[in-house]
Amino acid sequence: MSSNGSDNGNYKVIGTRPIRHDGTDKVTGRAVYGGDTQLPGMLYGQVLRSPHAHARIKSIDTSKAAALEGVRAVVTGADLPATEHDETIDLGEGPARLKFMRDNVLATDKVLYRGHAVAGVAATSTHIAEEALALIEIDYEILPSAITVLEAMKEGAPLVHEDLTTDEMGEDTGKHSNIASHVRYDLGDPAKAFAEAHVVVEREIDTATVHQGYIEPQNATAMWNPDGFLTVWTSTQGSFTARRQLMAVLDCPVSKIKVVPQEIGGGFGGKIPVYLEPVAALLSRLTGHPVKLIMTRAGVFEGTGPTPGSYVRVKMGADAQGKLVAAEAYMAFESGAYPGSPMACGVMCIFACYDIPNGSIDGYDVVVNKPRSFAYRAPCATQVTFATETVMDELAAKLGQDPAAFRLKNTTREGARRIDGPVYPRIGCEETLTLLKNSEHYQSELRGPNRGRGISIGYWFNVGLKSAVTASVSEDGTVNLVEGSTDIGGSRTAIAMQFAEVLGLAAEDVNPQVVDTNSIGYTDVTGGSRVTYSTGWAAFLAAEDVRDQMIERAAILWETEADQVTFADGVFSDKGDAGKRFGFKELAAQLEETGGPVVGRGSADPDAGVGGSFAANIADVEVDPETGKVKILRFTVLQDAGKAIHPSYVEGQMQGGSVQGIGWALNEEYFYNGEGRMENATFLDYRIPTALDLPMIETIIVEVPNPGHPFGVRGVGEANIAPPPAAVCNAINQAVGIHLTELPMKPDRVVAALQGQRANEPVATS
Amino acid sequence: MQKLTDEQAQVEVGGETVRQVIEALETRYPGFKERVCEGDRIRPGLAVAIDGEISPEGLRKKVLPDSEVHFLPAIGGG
Repeated sequence: MSSNGSDNGNYKVIGTRPIRHDGTDKVTGRAVYGGDTQLPGMLYGQVLRSPHAHARIKSIDTSKAAALEGVRAVVTGADLPATEHDETIDLGEGPARLKFMRDNVLATDKVLYRGHAVAGVAATSTHIAEEALALIEIDYEILPSAITVLEAMKEGAPLVHEDLTTDEMGEDTGKHSNIASHVRYDLGDPAKAFAEAHVVVEREIDTATVHQGYIEPQNATAMWNPDGFLTVWTSTQGSFTARRQLMAVLDCPVSKIKVVPQEIGGGFGGKIPVYLEPVAALLSRLTGHPVKLIMTRAGVFEGTGPTPGSYVRVKMGADAQGKLVAAEAYMAFESGAYPGSPMACGVMCIFACYDIPNGSIDGYDVVVNKPRSFAYRAPCATQVTFATETVMDELAAKLGQDPAAFRLKNTTREGARRIDGPVYPRIGCEETLTLLKNSEHYQSELRGPNRGRGISIGYWFNVGLKSAVTASVSEDGTVNLVEGSTDIGGSRTAIAMQFAEVLGLAAEDVNPQVVDTNSIGYTDVTGGSRVTYSTGWAAFLAAEDVRDQMIERAAILWETEADQVTFADGVFSDKGDAGKRFGFKELAAQLEETGGPVVGRGSADPDAGVGGSFAANIADVEVDPETGKVKILRFTVLQDAGKAIHPSYVEGQMQGGSVQGIGWALNEEYFYNGEGRMENATFLDYRIPTALDLPMIETIIVEVPNPGHPFGVRGVGEANIAPPPAAVCNAINQAVGIHLTELPMKPDRVVAALQGQRANEPVATS
Repeated sequence: MQKLTDEQAQVEVGGETVRQVIEALETRYPGFKERVCEGDRIRPGLAVAIDGEISPEGLRKKVLPDSEVHFLPAIGGG
């Protein structure tokens, strides 16, 4: 177990901090993002969005818009392929109803949320396209809406989809409601265990809809050639996933679609689905020109998938010694306009940090009249961790135990069974909590009025999935490494380093490139904390392939057999002649005489479930009792990276996730009015934390190697967003003695809670 | 899914692959296979975990004599 990640042990490259390969392009502004795309004859598009949260489309008249000078085409949902009512398609992540997918791109019969795309326009300038939107006439029949999860679950609530019935693990219950699916897990006998518990705490929490808040808005440029070949340049977390979605939405053969991933200005899960790409494609097909669309910020907030708002009820009990004996959870997530919130992930994560012998978990996926929710960094883990970890703090207080010691007493570890079933392989929860408890931050004294310290811990897993890598050895001994994983957080370098480690090369000798879907094998999304883990594994395999081929080439040059050549520490040697040695670069320079270029390949599809990562926080806050403002004084994040390939990027992920989690905790929310209209769809009103709001986030990398990866990697992209709201909440509680149960814990909520506390105080008498 | 297994949370069956495990469960609990399979694959939307690891090999995944097989909703990440 390492606590700083700077020790690279037996490795030469892994654990070091080389400069990122794309750094120069990024800092000089030369990196090409989707918005930079320029093509000859390009047109510019805009999208018209619904002003209503729920309405039937009675008619759409685009004639005036089409007649505007400069307008080249107008498209609506009628331009998408016709869809059979129950037609489904499997895009590798479960069945998707084709009608839902297409309707989310361009609505047909109903709009289901404010911001729902209804029409697209292509024109010679973006301003003309915008002007044309105002000329599209739509006759809406406004319908009652269901905006929050609890509203939507009530008997008699307005139905978002009249034909939706509840699925229970593959069984259609036939019951019509807004509940799209329900799962339940049971372990042991929780009723008996609660009855025998020494202390029990039960809390209900609500969390707001929150956006990923990426700086770069969605964008797409499409050119649909008359020969049927469609090329799309876009900002995406998965070029192959985008291609599959385009295939489904446009009913176009996958072999005729090429997706070119541009540099990406943030995604955090929000750039997995397609929105503009099919619209750009339809407009291009109609006009015969390339068409570029860039979303407005309001469009991003109102028209793309945020994280679900939620309601979670958690009950936990412990014995007199402080051992957890039982836990129960009821969780309901807003999937937005169409089914499919990551509710199952919340089920996995809610009690994942503790060894609890009895429990039950109910999870509900509920449609509401909001944008279709999508993944946001450890989807649903932050909501459930807020519930569990605030209850854990209350239990510790009731037992009179130190919060860290109480968690450590109940930590999960290898061999423990989660309530949802699986038994853990080697994991680092205990090590993370131990380092937290022993850290200088936790051991330090916090002084001053209205100040408090809180801790929490959360969990996320690696999803595995497919990755492909190819590697071409150049005559100077450098290697062009081609990969399909779009690089959001420095993964080019982390992948290149794993490749370099195998061959004894420097990271700088490997030139990683992210290419389009025609130029590399299928690669799944950059998401699920999988790229350094899975694409890194593919790079490891590609490097082994190169090594084996180079051994054969050395054998040719030395006129011996391949099994007489060894490779160690970057040097090829002839077992039979100690004088015969080649460094990698020396051998690469002589490949011409040995049978042509050396090209290695790696294809990985590792199991998911191994390599889960735990992240913990220590938060010090100061509460202003007059204004309710909460100031973060000091914040530490600890996370198990398995093996930190590039510690700076691991730290960056930990800091980024922490800052986003603090945003959830204190500020961020979709603020809806009574008509389902988001009232804060700008970055002026939707407040994400800035550098001025926060201290430097301190990091402690924990390294408990993952036995399921060649270098012990655990994905670090997500677990770090799970614990911050609970840590901040627990700190606020310690500072001023209030138990907050709603996110965000914005000033008015803090003030209201303090006023409630004062109202309950006994009146002083003299 | 316990409705399908006479309310049993865990049942023990033989088999060398996930496919054989499901066939054995189908023999004991008719209707089980239809719930977890679609054609010759795990039903989309579900995942199968063997000893805690969700495998992309689906029905072909080998299991050991003391392996645990779990059926879970499919998951993703951000």
